[in-house]
Amino acid sequence: MMAGAPQPDFAVNLLIFVLATLLGMELVRHVSRLLHTPLMALTNAISSVSFVAALIVMVNPRDGFILVLATVAVALAATNIISGFMITERILRMFKRRESR
Amino acid sequence: MSLQPLDYIYILSLFLFAVSLKMMSEVRSSRFGNVAAIAGMVIAVTSTYFAFPVQRTDLLTGAVVAGIVVGTPIGLKVPMTAVPQRTAMSHAFGSLAVALVGVAEYYNRAPSVDIFTMSVLSSEIILGFLTFTGSCVAFSKLQGIIPGRPLVYAGRNVSSLATLGAAAALAAYLTLNPGQEFIVPIMSMLALLFGLLLVMGIGGADMPTVIAILNSYAGISAAALGFILDNRLLIVAGALDGSSGFILAVIMSRAMNRSFANVLFGNVGVAAKARIDVEEKRVVQAYTVDDVATVLDGSRSVVIVPGYGMAVAQAQFVVKELADILQQRGADVKYAIHPVAGRMPGHMNVLLAEAGVPYDQLWEMDRINPLFAETDVAIVVGANDVTNPAARTRPDSPLYGMPVLDVEKARTVVFIKRSMAPGFSGVENELFYMDKTMMVFGDAKKVLTELVAAVNKSRQ
Repeated sequence: MMAGAPQPDFAVNLLIFVLATLLGMELVRHVSRLLHTPLMALTNAISSVSFVAALIVMVNPRDGFILVLATVAVALAATNIISGFMITERILRMFKRRESR
Repeated sequence: MSLQPLDYIYILSLFLFAVSLKMMSEVRSSRFGNVAAIAGMVIAVTSTYFAFPVQRTDLLTGAVVAGIVVGTPIGLKVPMTAVPQRTAMSHAFGSLAVALVGVAEYYNRAPSVDIFTMSVLSSEIILGFLTFTGSCVAFSKLQGIIPGRPLVYAGRNVSSLATLGAAAALAAYLTLNPGQEFIVPIMSMLALLFGLLLVMGIGGADMPTVIAILNSYAGISAAALGFILDNRLLIVAGALDGSSGFILAVIMSRAMNRSFANVLFGNVGVAAKARIDVEEKRVVQAYTVDDVATVLDGSRSVVIVPGYGMAVAQAQFVVKELADILQQRGADVKYAIHPVAGRMPGHMNVLLAEAGVPYDQLWEMDRINPLFAETDVAIVVGANDVTNPAARTRPDSPLYGMPVLDVEKARTVVFIKRSMAPGFSGVENELFYMDKTMMVFGDAKKVLTELVAAVNKSRQ
């Protein structure tokens, strides 16, 4: 990561963000209403990919304080990833059709 | 712009994330969706780990182990009734992680931060921290640590918006003077305070919308962090989460006929409470479970309307038991699910699925409403406002315009309620006084257990 340099790719990143938002809205609009609770658990686990950001900051911390912040962030994101996917699986497993009883 | 090998791996991860959301469109494919997302996550995390060698592997390992030790029991043990709390907690964790990384990244770069990055960074820090405390308050309300009713005082909106305004002013100052390192802790404190003030003023029944909005904020702050680190994986994953929360919030607020601003700053459930005191006291007739059992004896079609009261009483299993008995007798049983029933989007579906109710018996509002006219008995378990016909018929009612379940069109309406207390909106439900309505007072689980016994007895 270059410190202080402006990001020439901002426009590209903004385009990616806008398109991803539109994609997300379109996908979520078609999610079954039955599954809104597990959807939230799932998207929460997905956005905890911020784990990766915390990990990258751990590589080159300027001092111990920054290292501590990044380490705590790794632990929080890891907690969310683990519990988010587990609870999604648990909820989805409960949804059964009539025949399968 | 040049793509690194890692970028290509990230594209694969993001593809899997998008596929996972696509697969949530149907129950049948949903579990594969979860597997796809897990695969995307494993690929993203491992490839990043190998691309960025962390020297302090001891700390990294410790943090991951801590995450596993804390996350596993949450993932495996949290009861379905507590899923709203767990969701609030996960928004808190996610947004705190993102805010901490934002702060760390600031101190890593200060004072040489360009004006553009600094503006995104300060917004990201504010959004992350306010989502953190907001979600902590939502968690505490849902868990019953603090009262669910809105904390309202004179000048509530002015003081909380002033807090946010002060934080925004500091953010603007910091953007122009990125070397002023002392600003960041003050700005962070203000953001934390704003999140606290904002959600303290919101009542329990608005939680479905609030949780969805906090979900959206958590996602957007993750995407903002992606801009700062120039990490497109985070930009897209955050955007997916943010847009998902946004869509859910729109669905929830539409189901209450309220705007986001009204949910966040509307003081609902307070102003209306004064109104009932002036209304004349009318008398309702209380029925016993034996009366209800007699009516159910001759019913061919039954619709069960669950609400938050069912969740509080943990009555979903005995509801299923009653439904099974009625079905064995040849009655048709359906469940009518209002979008905002419960404390988070989809809450009732999960509780009933947990009790073993097949999901094809769960009918959403628009599909079930035309069928109430052909329904013999509608049994309302712990719901109130979502059945109130005043929402359709009385323009002076605070509920007016909110889409409701048309239970009053059923031949008989059975209400299982703890007391005559009005619902969250504070509005009386005229259904209680109709001739076709049978009020049964008591804890939902206790009443239903007695009802199951009474129905069994009347069969013999």
